[in-house]
Amino acid sequence: MLDKNGIAQRIAKEVKDGYYVNLGIGIPTLVANYIPSGMQIVLQSENGLLGMGPFPFEGEEDPDLINAGKQTITTLPGSAIFDSAMSFGMIRAQKIDLTILGAMEVSENGDIANWKIPGKMVKGMGGAMDLVASAKNIIVAMQHVNKAGESKLLPSCSLPLTGVRCIKKVVTELAVLSILPEGGFYLEERAPGVSVDFIKASTLGKLIVPDTVPEMVL
Amino acid sequence: MINKVVADAKAAIKDIKNGDTLMLGGFGLCGIPENCINALVEKDVKDLTCISNNAGVDDFGIGLMLQKRQVKKMVSSYVGENAEFERQLLSGELEVELIPQGTLATRCLAAGYGMPAIFTPAGVGTEVAEGKEVRTFNDKDYLLEYAFDADFAIVKAWKGDTAGNLIFRSTSRNFNPIMAMAGKITIAEVEELVEVGELDPDHIHTPGVYVHRIFQGVNYEKRIEQRTVRAKI
Repeated sequence: MLDKNGIAQRIAKEVKDGYYVNLGIGIPTLVANYIPSGMQIVLQSENGLLGMGPFPFEGEEDPDLINAGKQTITTLPGSAIFDSAMSFGMIRAQKIDLTILGAMEVSENGDIANWKIPGKMVKGMGGAMDLVASAKNIIVAMQHVNKAGESKLLPSCSLPLTGVRCIKKVVTELAVLSILPEGGFYLEERAPGVSVDFIKASTLGKLIVPDTVPEMVL
Repeated sequence: MINKVVADAKAAIKDIKNGDTLMLGGFGLCGIPENCINALVEKDVKDLTCISNNAGVDDFGIGLMLQKRQVKKMVSSYVGENAEFERQLLSGELEVELIPQGTLATRCLAAGYGMPAIFTPAGVGTEVAEGKEVRTFNDKDYLLEYAFDADFAIVKAWKGDTAGNLIFRSTSRNFNPIMAMAGKITIAEVEELVEVGELDPDHIHTPGVYVHRIFQGVNYEKRIEQRTVRAKI
C-alpha cells in the first residue's frame, strides 16, 4: 500500500519530457518532487503563470508572486505571466498536456466529484470544473477508500459532480486504474504488497481484472 | 492625452452607491485594490454585489467589507479562509454565487470585448448548468454564460500613467486587466503614478481607454496568505 508520497511518485512516471502540466492542491503538488532531473517540464499555475519555480528562500518572498494555492513561489528562466482569462484559455484550448488533481469520488464512467459535500461549508470549485471539462489528459490522485473503509471508486458519484465522463486514469494507494470508454475501472497495476482480491473488495464500481496484474514499479 | 487622475481612493469611489455591482481585482490577497477597499469600508456603502475571485480573509481585503455587512452578494469561484463569511452565509445574511474560475474570468473578458455571452464546457452536467442553455459544437456540450454587467470595476496595478494606461507586476496581474476592461466605470489604483510618455507603449497591459479614474495608492500592506519558503543549503 502506498502513502501520499508513493501515489505522487507513481504519477510522476506518467509525466513526459516537454509536458506542460497543471498540478492541483494536495497529493498532486507532491508530484513535482519526483520529476527526474534533466526532464524539461513546465508547471502551470492557473492564477497566471507558466514556469512555476520552487518556494523562495526565506527573506526573498514576493507578495506579488504566488501560486494557485496562494503560496509564495518563484519564477524560472523562461517563465511567463498572464491574466486569468488567458490562463483558462490555454486550459480550454488544450495547450496543457497533463492535469493532475485530487478527488473525493470517481465513477466507473469517468465522472468526478471533488468540490462540495452537502451539509458542509462550501468553499467553491475554483478552477476545477474548467480543468476537468477541458483537459485532454487528466490523472486523479486519490484515496481508494475513505476513513470508514468505504470505496470512493463507485458505480456513480453520490456527491455533487465537478465534471462528467472526463477522467481516464486514477492512481490510489492500492492501484493504477484506467477508465474504459464503455465504462468500468480497468485494473492496470497493483501497489506493492496489495492483492487483487483486496482491490476487488475496495472497489464498489465495476472492476475489470485482466489475467495478470503487474505490481507497480516506483 | 486625457487626464484621468483623481486625488485618492475616497475621490475615486465617491459615487459608488448602495446596491451597486462592483468587480474587484485580485487572486486571494494578491493584487487586491487595498486603498479602494478601505475607502469603501469608511464610506459605509451597503447592499453591494461584489464580483471577485475570492472574498479576502477575516481582517483583510473584502473580509473588511463583510465585517461591516456591506456585501449583499458575492460572486466568486472560491471563498474559503474566512470565518465571518461562513457565518453570514450560514445565517442567510449573505448570498453567494459560486462559478468556475475560468467562467468568471471569461465573463469579464466578454464584457471588455463587447461580446454578450460565451460558451464554455466548464460545469456541463453539474449543478452549475442548472437552468442554462446547452449547445453542442463538434460533439461536445457547452454552457451559455453571459458577460458580466458591473457598475464599477476596481483594480490594482503596479504602474500607471495619467492617461490611465496600466502595467501589472508578476502574478498580481490575475483578474485585474480583464476586470479593468469590464466595468462601466473603471477605477485603477497604482503603486506608482507617472506622467504620460514615461511608460513604453509596447509594455502597456491595459490601454487607458478602459480606465476612467486613476490614483496613486498609499501604504500598501500586500499581506501574504501562505508564506512558504525553502531552506538555504
